[in-house]
Amino acid sequence: MPNNILPLTRRQFALTAMAASAALAMPRAASALTVDQARELVGRAVDTVNGIISSGKSESAMIRDFEAMFVKYADVPVIARSALGPSARTASAGQMKTFTKAFQSYISRKYGRRFREFIGGKIEVTDARPLKSYFEVISVAYLQGEAPFDVRWHVSDKSGKDKFFNLIIEGVNMLASERAEIGAILDQQGGDIDRLSAALASA
Amino acid sequence: MRISDLCPCLCDRFAGQVRLVWALPLVALMGCAAGPGPNGINDPLEQMNRGVHGVNVALDRAIVGPGSDAYGTVIPEPVRRVVGNVAGTLDLPGDIVNNVLQANPEDAGINALRLATNLTMGVLGIFDAATALGLPQRPTDFGETLHVWGAGEGVYLELPVFGPSTTRDALGLAVDTVANPVRVLVDGSEADAVTAAGIFARLGDRYRYSDTIESILYESADSYEQARLLYLQNRRFALGQTSDGAGDDDFVDPYEDPYAE
Repeated sequence: MPNNILPLTRRQFALTAMAASAALAMPRAASALTVDQARELVGRAVDTVNGIISSGKSESAMIRDFEAMFVKYADVPVIARSALGPSARTASAGQMKTFTKAFQSYISRKYGRRFREFIGGKIEVTDARPLKSYFEVISVAYLQGEAPFDVRWHVSDKSGKDKFFNLIIEGVNMLASERAEIGAILDQQGGDIDRLSAALASA
Repeated sequence: MRISDLCPCLCDRFAGQVRLVWALPLVALMGCAAGPGPNGINDPLEQMNRGVHGVNVALDRAIVGPGSDAYGTVIPEPVRRVVGNVAGTLDLPGDIVNNVLQANPEDAGINALRLATNLTMGVLGIFDAATALGLPQRPTDFGETLHVWGAGEGVYLELPVFGPSTTRDALGLAVDTVANPVRVLVDGSEADAVTAAGIFARLGDRYRYSDTIESILYESADSYEQARLLYLQNRRFALGQTSDGAGDDDFVDPYEDPYAE
């Protein structure tokens, strides 16, 4: 039955909430990535996420843990560059460096802040497969009082290390979402990348 | 597949649905007038939609948000859960009708079993015994039925109060509301109680997911765009329209796109 009174549906609330917990980490592996390695990497990332969820730490500590994991396991430079869109072409190396750092901290605060919603929950890896030019690892998130939902991790070794570069939560593509958001902030800042980085740092 | 290719078969299918023949002109209009397929965003009414979004955000800020805070603060969690369970059980007859119209006997069976379980073991819907017994929720709606019948998504639409939708899903919402079997069977104060249960369940959802909703509505640089993206991607995923259910048909590989080099 109609499920979308109020701006978003239940499912969407849950998945966005979960996006928080899920926008996470990727461990390391050897040279050419295989489907088993991708799966194992996400498995370790998920263990770390589950560890943060059940750590009982304060919000600021969870945000710190989240950022450490994000930096270690996600391909932050590629995610930041992709979120920035066409402006990345004209940005200087120094501007990209500043932006990437600001983006990393913004993402960590945005999602790390949400971790307390997942206390008592867990994620389980269920499957992995090659998809296009990368690997997709499929997991299911179990949150207290919620129907289980689908979280997919996209993993690549094209950066030279095995890293995750995107998350798809119940169909919602985190990279697409951040690309829209960063684009909107950039517009607000008159298209100025330096001002965008400053805005992200204080967001 | 182009929407226009779908219209003839849509009309054929409708011919068999005598009960719903009245909906044909609307759906045919909607389907045939629809733009590009399910990938990407088709939002020719963006200016109007943004106006509605502004109203919805103002409504949330002034009434729905504070109202849900009051509801969540005053009414204890177990009571709120009961309200949610009752509202969920009242949705099931409509879900079952839609499952039948979708020719989906599996989901129709699961929802019928859920209904029977919650009405008996769940004491008239007070407890969600079905979920506890491992019978998963399989929510559906008439928008999905239209999708199964071949209707295109139409154009993006933000509805007052109800929020993100499409022309197809808005029609589905209208049909679900008007033709809800529970509403058809009861009247007067009982119908009001059904409506009240639905509204309080929504307030409960608004309260429960307040951090998420507020981060989208009040912390996004462009909350209209974020809500639109969330709705369309999640809806297409729920309808199985994404490649292998992966949900990233329109995804650009960041290692191959021009910005990544």
